[in-house]
Amino acid sequence: MAKLKDLAKMEDRLVAGHGMCLGCGIPLIFKVVLRATEDPLVIANATGCLEVCTTIFPRTAWNVTWVHSAFENAASTIAGVEAMYKALKRRGKIPKDKTIKFLGTGGDGGTYDIGLQALSGTMERGHDVVYLCYDNNAYANTGGQRSSATPLGASATTSPAGTQSPGKLQWRKDLTKILTAHNIPYVAQASPTRWQDLYNKAKKAFEVEGPAFLNVLCLCPTEWKYEESKGVELAKIAVDTCVWPLYEVENGKYKLNYKPKEKKSILEWIKPQGRFRHLFREEYAWVLEEFQKKVDEEWEELQRLSSL
Amino acid sequence: MKKETWKELTIGTINLEAGNSVQNLTGTWRSGHKPEFIEEHCIQCFFCWLYCPHFAILVEGDEVKGIDYDYCTGCGMCAEECPSKEKSIVMVKEEVKLAEGGTE
Repeated sequence: MAKLKDLAKMEDRLVAGHGMCLGCGIPLIFKVVLRATEDPLVIANATGCLEVCTTIFPRTAWNVTWVHSAFENAASTIAGVEAMYKALKRRGKIPKDKTIKFLGTGGDGGTYDIGLQALSGTMERGHDVVYLCYDNNAYANTGGQRSSATPLGASATTSPAGTQSPGKLQWRKDLTKILTAHNIPYVAQASPTRWQDLYNKAKKAFEVEGPAFLNVLCLCPTEWKYEESKGVELAKIAVDTCVWPLYEVENGKYKLNYKPKEKKSILEWIKPQGRFRHLFREEYAWVLEEFQKKVDEEWEELQRLSSL
Repeated sequence: MKKETWKELTIGTINLEAGNSVQNLTGTWRSGHKPEFIEEHCIQCFFCWLYCPHFAILVEGDEVKGIDYDYCTGCGMCAEECPSKEKSIVMVKEEVKLAEGGTE
């Protein structure tokens, strides 16, 4: 089992001086994930908070080879790099015993929405890459537009709450399930505040032969509108309310990694966040009910799948 | 900083200086509050290191040694998550000063 002390001794592959917000959740994820492999790493990054904040020209916060091409094609970009690596290995230009790992990454905008077809193609073609989605539930880099990962009832700039609307009207898309349907060797959902679980999942993802996908909940004080110092607690609540269950699917077999001792009410998740503030008005009580009902249904289904 | 023209820039604006963002001192964003490290209370759990978004926890060998104020933005997650019986990181008031900026 890895210890934090040992992880801290490893070299930072993402370094200080990046421009991410106070209390941002992205560095918490990458701090752990980038330590889950000791092999050289190539990263392709979709447009988004991480890309913009780490590479403000003429500087970069990356200590590894890193490439950005466009919003929609981080997965295709990393697939191309991986294909080239294989070709060069075949021709003897890269020594046979040298291993390089490949990571594609994007936020929920660049993964759930804009990059979905590129991601689907990469997974279907079976490239030996890992794709990590840091899901902060909105297009935070451009000011908080709704994405298909935005939860029901959240106020976003393109689904604002007011007298006529309770914010976003649709339930979020279940991307982890979509990726599971690609029948790839490894799919997992994780949270940065259960770092041991995240570390193990990232390690598995890098080690597995063929494509792997990680969906990680990402704190966003700017768009979720909570006090930034309370972020870690909030991410724990997301897991304990089963809003963001931790599970993995290895070769089609579901496994639940964490079962809360006592499943908390979604109100604990919703109350601290300003984006849900309007839901406590009388006329929007149905949204809270619907939210709880949906979470319960998904949790039941997940338990059923992991008991098969 | 002198601006380079297209003649000097690398093709494709490739940045060959890995990790040169350390020149951006994000500590200049801090306003009002900063964390203070109290070594004798510290149980060396490394949670502050784990939960610091701006890589501002100083580690030497096996031990957390303090806070790097060049990068600390004062978000307070380290103090909030510090689990020692008596907190080893507390947020204290800091006199607001004008940013000094990078060292260029």
